[in-house]
Amino acid sequence: MKRSELLSRIIVTVAIVGAIGAPLYFWSRTPLIHARMAENGGWSPDVIQAEVGQPLHLRFTSDDVVHGFAVGQMDMPSVDVLPGKVADISLTFDEPGIYTFYCTRWCGLNHWRMRGTIEVAGASTSPKPVSPPLYVSLNLDIDAPHDALFIPDGKPSAVNGQSLAMSSSISLSQEDYFTQSPYQVFDELKGTSLTDEQRWDAVAYLWQSNTTPESLANGKQLYAQNCAACHGENGAGDGVFANDLNEAGEASMQTMTGAHDMVMQTPVDFTDPTRMLGASPALLQGKILRGGMGTGMPMWGVIFTEEQIWDLIAYIYSFQFEYTK
Amino acid sequence: MAKIELTRSPFIKNALKSRYPQLAVFIIMLVGYIFAILAGLIGTPVGSHNFSIVFVWIAWWAVLILVAVPFFGRGWCAVCPIPLPGEWLQRGAILSPPGKRPKWLNLRVPKMFRNIWMQNISFLLLALFSSVLLTTPNITGIVLAAMLFAAIGLSTIFERCAFCRYLCPVGGFIGLYSQTAPIELRIKDKQVCVQCEGKPCYNGSELGYGCPWDVFPGGLSKNTYCGLCMECIRTCPHDNIAVNLRPFSADLAKPSTRIDEAFKAFIMLGSAMIYAGVLLGPWGAFKDAAYNVGTSAWFMYVIIFLAIIFGILPGFFTLGILKTKSRLPVKHCFASLATALIPLGLMFWVAFSLSFVLTNASYIVAALSDPLGFGWNLFGTTNTAWQPMLTSILAPGQTLALVGGLIWSARTAQKASSEINISSIPTIVYSFILTLVMFWLLL
Ligand code: SF4
Ligand code: SF4
Ligand code: SF4
Repeated sequence: MKRSELLSRIIVTVAIVGAIGAPLYFWSRTPLIHARMAENGGWSPDVIQAEVGQPLHLRFTSDDVVHGFAVGQMDMPSVDVLPGKVADISLTFDEPGIYTFYCTRWCGLNHWRMRGTIEVAGASTSPKPVSPPLYVSLNLDIDAPHDALFIPDGKPSAVNGQSLAMSSSISLSQEDYFTQSPYQVFDELKGTSLTDEQRWDAVAYLWQSNTTPESLANGKQLYAQNCAACHGENGAGDGVFANDLNEAGEASMQTMTGAHDMVMQTPVDFTDPTRMLGASPALLQGKILRGGMGTGMPMWGVIFTEEQIWDLIAYIYSFQFEYTK
Repeated sequence: MAKIELTRSPFIKNALKSRYPQLAVFIIMLVGYIFAILAGLIGTPVGSHNFSIVFVWIAWWAVLILVAVPFFGRGWCAVCPIPLPGEWLQRGAILSPPGKRPKWLNLRVPKMFRNIWMQNISFLLLALFSSVLLTTPNITGIVLAAMLFAAIGLSTIFERCAFCRYLCPVGGFIGLYSQTAPIELRIKDKQVCVQCEGKPCYNGSELGYGCPWDVFPGGLSKNTYCGLCMECIRTCPHDNIAVNLRPFSADLAKPSTRIDEAFKAFIMLGSAMIYAGVLLGPWGAFKDAAYNVGTSAWFMYVIIFLAIIFGILPGFFTLGILKTKSRLPVKHCFASLATALIPLGLMFWVAFSLSFVLTNASYIVAALSDPLGFGWNLFGTTNTAWQPMLTSILAPGQTLALVGGLIWSARTAQKASSEINISSIPTIVYSFILTLVMFWLLL
């Protein structure tokens, strides 16, 4: 064989091996977490290992639409994951345990199911006592109906309620706020000289006095990011996904869980007074923590902190009460 | 304008005769091609950030349709990496012609396939699936790999480069439109060929291979089937091969009489119009149908697509011909006059591609720095935002292309019809109406 032919063969072989090998090499050394719509697999991988106190470097890319990444129970800004782009983030965990990470953008119909876990191993630095959530210690049956037996004509006004409450020296302890429904408190005000309308106004005030503007603002933000897609911007259960969820019906549930007899429910309407005024904060906490169990409602307990859930609940009541003039 | 023989320049001639410059380009192209396959398979599935989509369907396409085909004809085929591995395997050599041939089957392609119908079909298949092909890196990777393997496979079964000549979907239309290019490879003196012993340009010699495109250079009269591989320049012992600069569309003066070529013209014309409608038009349902491959809407789209190409466009064209009262068979007139649609089709593609390419060109800059979507930033351009380019020249450029195309095809129609002695009016009117439709679709 001529020298030139031999040389050409060597060059061509090296070029081909390089053209195949180099991308494969970089590919195998580039661990990326891919975000896809839940229907197409969600996060991949969806289980990540980490160590307490060791920074965890993660690189994300989206394979379809814009997603967001955040870890529940952790104070961190969410990271946007754009299609075809790579986003970096470093996290350090102080406590061992299983953390849930989730998508923070309304990426698709089953956005809520786009979750994964970070398993953080290691010893705890400051063990916290674990207490059961309020609804458990109260032994509340959160699936039983808790309807209000009497509802106001319009939206009760906290501003009007304030003067009434002052003059009749009505107040509501934090504990009672958590455990009682607005209707129960309304009912307890029966003995006063107030009219029905005035009693509802007083209840509105009592609810407002158990929250703060910061809490409401925080709750509003959480609601907008996480709940509004189904429950609607204004709480009426008519979010952008509500119709789709309806149409998708059973099939949508089955594709996600493989279960056979799941029924898709329409998202709860927070503007419905019968339902909402009959629900205590503890009851709502239970629903949010645990999720819908067979409805489309996901389990938020792994994502929100306790404080976030109370903020959210305070905000949800604002669909019933007029807090400002 | 007379022809200018470029190979008179010793520099050009030596560059073409030597195997090294071409080999160097080949290697770069092959590396790029293999990289495109891998990028499609392992890179980001987001098309607009994946090398395979951005470089194949935006960058390469732009160069091919706006520069290579109009100005260099089959110039792309001269550097195309697809047939290389197969040819090297077939010849048992990369650079020098071997002493003895390796034993592959080396069969002759059956007569019934020796036309461009297979190319018409392969192009149509890609066209019908183009919405997924053009947006899904995986599919692009698979199709690119399939072409490479098909070329290798055919090289081991059939003689010469059967893939290029009879199957390549790209080769089909490059061949058709290469007739309009101002570059040609031709013999210098017919008499020399007549007396030439052994015809090494076709049969091969120790200097090089026989024409891989199964063409006898001595009989070349149009660019369509010469792949500009330059092998005959190397094999011809009489230095009888020239590469010429010539007036545009010189080949079209002698209209073709082949029905497969005539239909290629309709396929290209029709696809350009349908693409303009689907990709740039305001019809959401049409777009959805094209994109949802496999659904019943898509099957409707396929039916409409094929009906336009094989029914409506050639149908009206034939009606025009029937009005011309010729003594020649309709088939003959049909094929000859379809020649006039070649410049028109080319310019339709140019006009369509202009908007497609200028709209998406900024992806090239971003993908250059992060070709696989792994988060690299090789040249610091990864985060270039998408932005349509040169929007101000788009409409004038398209207008120029369409009007130019119409005038060009009208001239071609006149020549073709005087060749067969019938009126050119129906063909010109036909071209005029199609141009109006294209204007409406594009602007
Ligand atoms: S015919 Fe196709 S495969 Fe062959 S050289 Fe041309 S483009 Fe490449
Ligand atoms: S080798 Fe040269 S002279 Fe001989 S037939 Fe071919 S082109 Fe003509
Ligand atoms: S050998 Fe000559 S005629 Fe044949 S394809 Fe190559 S350049 Fe064209």
